[in-house]
Amino acid sequence: MSPRIAVATGRRVLRQVRHDPRTIALLLAVPALLLVLMRFIFDGQDQVFQSIGAPLCGLFPFIVMFLISSITMLRERTSGTLERLMTMPMSKLDLLLGYGLAFGALAAAQAIVVCSVGFGLLGLTAPHGAVLVGALAILNAVLGMALGLLLSAFARTEFQAVQFMPAFVFPQILLCGLFVSREDMAPALEAISWLLPFTYAYDALARAVSPTPLGSGIVVDALVVAGTTIGALVLGALTLKRRTP
Amino acid sequence: MPDPAIEIESLEVVRGGNQVVRSISLAIEAGTITGLLGPSGCGKTTLMRSIVGAQITAAGRVKVLGREAGSRELRPLVGYVTQAPSVYGDLTVQENLEYFGRVVGAPGARATETIGTVGLSDYTDRLVASLSGGERARVSLASALLNRPRILILDEPTVGLDPVLRAELWRDFRELADGGVTLLVSSHVMDEAGECDDLLLMREGRLLRQCAPDELRRETGQQDLGRAFLKVIEMAGRS
Repeated sequence: MSPRIAVATGRRVLRQVRHDPRTIALLLAVPALLLVLMRFIFDGQDQVFQSIGAPLCGLFPFIVMFLISSITMLRERTSGTLERLMTMPMSKLDLLLGYGLAFGALAAAQAIVVCSVGFGLLGLTAPHGAVLVGALAILNAVLGMALGLLLSAFARTEFQAVQFMPAFVFPQILLCGLFVSREDMAPALEAISWLLPFTYAYDALARAVSPTPLGSGIVVDALVVAGTTIGALVLGALTLKRRTP
Repeated sequence: MPDPAIEIESLEVVRGGNQVVRSISLAIEAGTITGLLGPSGCGKTTLMRSIVGAQITAAGRVKVLGREAGSRELRPLVGYVTQAPSVYGDLTVQENLEYFGRVVGAPGARATETIGTVGLSDYTDRLVASLSGGERARVSLASALLNRPRILILDEPTVGLDPVLRAELWRDFRELADGGVTLLVSSHVMDEAGECDDLLLMREGRLLRQCAPDELRRETGQQDLGRAFLKVIEMAGRS
């Protein structure tokens, strides 16, 4: 493992994104605009907007980074650059850490914009500080990235990779408790929701934006998210093969 | 003869149920240019991938500089250029080479220097995706030259290049070989065969013949290497 290579990889991914200004604009503006949209969908229902919009500030980066990282890695596989890197003196972990640095930085930028809009302009409240929401957003983004990298190994085309979004992310969004509290779901679904990492990402955010004192629950949530990230990265590293058939 | 740079013993490769490399044994001397020739689909790329250590093999042994192909110590010593240019289309020429340079630990100035070697100095800040196929191939080649590897495996590096540039590249290859680098260059253009010190003629996964161009001419009585190759195939079919 070499920090030099991981940092170089992170810089390279960011440079790739930089050559694509439209992606940057979409990345930064879309979550904030969606939040504005929600504000007016729940017009006059401040309570509902707070309970859905506030946690969403920290969940957008998960969703976006999942998609972007899976496509970036898929391109790396199909363009032959992954094979080239694997013949070079580079450890798989360097590559994954580099991705983590780049997408973590992008997530931070995204979180700053969406949190500023949500907590600054739209009247959402973060009793424990918007910074906590931002930090959770970055943690969640890195989880989204790790899952995206892992799943990209199972996609042969970009069309397939895009489909993983409705297949793997949407069910988690529905089951995490954001729209319907999990106790009100069919018992089987509630049980399943405990197995999904997104549930913990949401739970941490729900605690971060609720006025009740922070207990140890948020720490457990964050640890589950971090642990799942590491697990997904390890599995992702296993899908990077130096020798292929 | 000193220890060969590349040594292959009874190599067999099976891909998707087909045997694409059949019992190949060969040795390649250090500091030489070896041409790997044969029709497309005959197993050239698979053989090259086996030498780089990117190919899962079914049987046999591949040794590079005395070590098992693909071993960790070899990674800084072996450069591999795939047939399709494997560089980042959404980065500039300079950014591609800076990145690969950092990965292999080449000194910072090497990127600019290597861009000059492949004649792309005027394209430094162009996005690779906006370059022509031949220019992209040169970016890919430059990326493999960054850390001055001891062994260079080049899969059809001159496809789509104009004759002037092709001649320039072969001059570069010769310079590298004179400096002790061992090059294995695949091609299906027979007129490039004459530039090589040694030739490997492949067909349908088999190595038909390994010899110097002059030897091939003498043996087959053909001055033209393309015809000579056909003769070798004919003779192999008869025996």
